[in-house]
Amino acid sequence: MKTPDYSAFPDDRGHFGPYGGRFVSETLMEPLRRLEEAYARLKNDPAFLAELDDDLKHYVGRPSPLYHAKRLTKAWGGAQVWLKREDLNHTGAHKINNTVGQALLAKHLGKTRIIAETGAGQHGVASATIAARLGLKCVVYMGIEDVERQSPNVFRMKLLGAEVVPVTSGTKTLKDALNEAMRDWVTNVDDTFYVIGTVAGPHPYPMLVRDFNSVVGREVIRQSKEQMGRLPDLLTACVGGGSNAIGLFHPMLPFPEVRMVGVEAGGDGIETGRHAAPLSAGKPGVLHGNRTYVMADDDGQIIGTHSVSAGLDYPGVGPEHAWLKDAGRVEYTAVTDDEALAAFHELAHAEGILPALESSHALAYAKKVAPGMAADRHIVVNLSGRGDKDIFTIAKREGISLT
Amino acid sequence: MSRISGVLEALKSKGRKALIPFITAGDPHPKHTVGLMHALVEAGADVLELGVPFSDPMADGPVIQLACERALVHHTSLRQCIAMVAEFRQRDTKTPVVLMGYLNPIEAMGLENFAKTAHAAGVDGVLVVDLAVEEAPEFSPTLAKAGLDCIFLIAPTSPAARIEAAAKLASGYLYYVSLKGVTGAANLDVDSVAAKVAEIRGITGIPVVVGFGIRDAASASAVSAVSDGVIVGSALVSEIERNQAHPERLPELLKAKLAPMRMAMDRL
Repeated sequence: MKTPDYSAFPDDRGHFGPYGGRFVSETLMEPLRRLEEAYARLKNDPAFLAELDDDLKHYVGRPSPLYHAKRLTKAWGGAQVWLKREDLNHTGAHKINNTVGQALLAKHLGKTRIIAETGAGQHGVASATIAARLGLKCVVYMGIEDVERQSPNVFRMKLLGAEVVPVTSGTKTLKDALNEAMRDWVTNVDDTFYVIGTVAGPHPYPMLVRDFNSVVGREVIRQSKEQMGRLPDLLTACVGGGSNAIGLFHPMLPFPEVRMVGVEAGGDGIETGRHAAPLSAGKPGVLHGNRTYVMADDDGQIIGTHSVSAGLDYPGVGPEHAWLKDAGRVEYTAVTDDEALAAFHELAHAEGILPALESSHALAYAKKVAPGMAADRHIVVNLSGRGDKDIFTIAKREGISLT
Repeated sequence: MSRISGVLEALKSKGRKALIPFITAGDPHPKHTVGLMHALVEAGADVLELGVPFSDPMADGPVIQLACERALVHHTSLRQCIAMVAEFRQRDTKTPVVLMGYLNPIEAMGLENFAKTAHAAGVDGVLVVDLAVEEAPEFSPTLAKAGLDCIFLIAPTSPAARIEAAAKLASGYLYYVSLKGVTGAANLDVDSVAAKVAEIRGITGIPVVVGFGIRDAASASAVSAVSDGVIVGSALVSEIERNQAHPERLPELLKAKLAPMRMAMDRL
């Protein structure tokens, strides 16, 4: 079979096969078209690219290391395990790659205010950070349930000068924060730039966010050639909306020898219905401006999700993932809360790294497959963020008092 | 001619403007909706817009979000909304009814199935808030084939090319969103509405009705003077919210809210 040209997607209407598109109210259609136009111009503008590269190098701290986790490899007894250390970026997650890019776009478009939605708080912190640096006003929408379980990040955003608005509608989590940010944007569209944190939303966002995160996969190509002497055999990353996964996967889609597995939040287990795994157990639908796999009931209402990890607690997924799933190019699976937590502890003890609960899902998957692979095989796990923000959640779950 | 076009043309020939109230189906409880629809007609409604509840009403302000949540407590589904229209039609065969909602519940039901079932029940038009013309090349002909009018939104940000594209696929009326914002917002500017409606009329002959931010007799009268009619939603839905504990009072309360708008518009 001929390998499709993955770089040709989305098409000029923002579609990845049947997925993607632009399903928003009329007021936002023209602003989205203008954003698309501005991005098409700026992404080939040497001055814009130089500014972006400079920020990624000197402000974010890129490139992030590709770390050979030798003790973990030994403990699991099989394939070599490598960690792409996005947790070492400024603000502690891959999210900053995208916010730096979008904030530069906002600046070039003359916008004075940025808004963002956040689940775990990492995208909110990354947005607040870059807003402070560029002197932009920043408002972050966050479900009140997430405000409570991610309080350290809420405080970080406030310290950075952002206003955090708790969202009390619907299920009070990430999806409702996104609805509220859209409502803000439609009201303040003249001076406001909406910095979407994942590869979802209306076109051109899934493309923008993918492009800004693809620096991760481009670095891994170079680093694995240097450190392994070739490309890895398996890439794995957690998938909520899917921005860290697409960032790692996208540049390597043209190489059929590289297998890719996206790991969704299995929550209490797919069979319990209490999970956040639309690719594993959902169906195509329309949510938040794009057509993709969603978790919905028979009436088409979006249903509540569950995951120990706030950043994966989302009923939709980026449209490119939906398309890559149907095409069979990327496989998707899910691991449970318990499996993710076990992987969290294992990495902490074996390597001295506290991973984010989100990234712990990818680790838990690697743990399942590494023992069955030969020692000359290489797995790259996207360690998308650091776990400091999660210590309260873990303590509470394990019955430990920190006060 | 569709029931919607018939009603709007008759109004125009008499120099009158259309009054189009909106309520969310199933709010505060599905058993009240049909009664409220009849009450709105008695108070002078020309067309009814019935909101189909959705879990993620991205384009709506807090008032209609809460109405969706109240309706969804009772699992008010798209099929039930259609059944309510069928029940309404037992006593009223004249007043057009437009279903207004979001795309996902329609897709969950299946587009063709939805169009056929809705038309058979007496639904006249459909407005899908998150479906702009670009994504509607299949949607709009399927609706038209089933005999339903496809209503599109036009916004203050819509350039001429988008208005032309919408006018090509639309029938019944165009819904001009009076402001940049969500439903129930308060920053209505009649002069800018007048200018945009004039621009739309220069492009198409389809009637232009205006919604978002119309809350009382004065705003209804001012906006209808520069358009073909007004849509009133959040102002009525707030009344339902305030009196949800006394649903028996709602028909009279909604009439009391709507009737002064009718009078003010007819004085033009």
